[in-house]
Amino acid sequence: MTTIRHHITDDLLMGYAAGALPRAFDLVIATHVSLSDDARARLAGYDAIGGAILEDVDAVELGDESLELTLTRIKGMPASEITPTTTRGIFPSPLQAAVGGGADAVKWRSLGMGTRQCVLHADKDASARLLYIPAGQAMPQHSHRGTEMTLVLQGAYRDESDRFARGDIEVADQDMNHTPVAEAGEDCICLIATDAPLRFSGLLPRIAQPFLGI
Amino acid sequence: MQDVMATLWHKSHLYDPTRASVATWIFTIARNRKIDLLRKYARPEPEDLPWGHQDTPDQADVIALQQDSARLAEAIRTLPEKQRTLIERAYYGDLTHSEIAAETGLPLGTIKSRIRLALDRLRHAMT
Repeated sequence: MTTIRHHITDDLLMGYAAGALPRAFDLVIATHVSLSDDARARLAGYDAIGGAILEDVDAVELGDESLELTLTRIKGMPASEITPTTTRGIFPSPLQAAVGGGADAVKWRSLGMGTRQCVLHADKDASARLLYIPAGQAMPQHSHRGTEMTLVLQGAYRDESDRFARGDIEVADQDMNHTPVAEAGEDCICLIATDAPLRFSGLLPRIAQPFLGI
Repeated sequence: MQDVMATLWHKSHLYDPTRASVATWIFTIARNRKIDLLRKYARPEPEDLPWGHQDTPDQADVIALQQDSARLAEAIRTLPEKQRTLIERAYYGDLTHSEIAAETGLPLGTIKSRIRLALDRLRHAMT
């Protein structure tokens, strides 16, 4: 396993623990935590804070029928089993669940120049998509209106700030205007969540933006 | 509430006392059930570690984790009021930091820095 150098920020990890993030962000963070022992340990810390606060909350009175209702529900539910989940190929299990299989099951759409994408989820809060950039190729330069998280699954890319390889996550906000370039060698596959549409700097990509849905 | 209780009952054999306190385990299950039910989808969860579930937990690990949990609870109780309130809202108010900002009228920067200060204090208390 390669060493992960770029980690998820505290506010996003805490938001994931609290269950306050949009679905697209949950997907990227669950996938990142699957690849990063550091993120897993920090997440356990944030879960523990949630538990510790829970212990401190005052008790509330429940109606008399509450126990009866609970027992009825217990009878109606199947017992839970541990479902063994493992990374197959380059996709950890939460991503496999979102795609409905491994990397070969992705329904790519071409963006031209060999670049491809697949939107996995989009709602009013945020969208998640897979992006495929051929080795050595640049992504259109863009800035952000909101927060964008990019998790590398295969290959690596560089932008003005640094190099990002498998398991690395880059969090960009509106102040950032960057041009990621896939490294030579292996084609780069990333999982990206955005909570607002990207803003491309060039004229042509801006016209294309509504059609591409990114 | 009844649904969370029923889920806890059915998942009780999966609880591992070396990995989380009972309160933390209940918290994570309640959070996930709430998302499943309110948003109508299964929350994306990280995959389990390969060594997974142990049937015979090491008692030393269990005690160490209980002590850590007690220290964490104490550290949260002794946070300055303003910091503790924001941490609680972040977990149990169902609000993002920006939404807390809109509701409290505090600037987003103030909220983020208070939460950061609170987390620093908790980290300090745990080392």
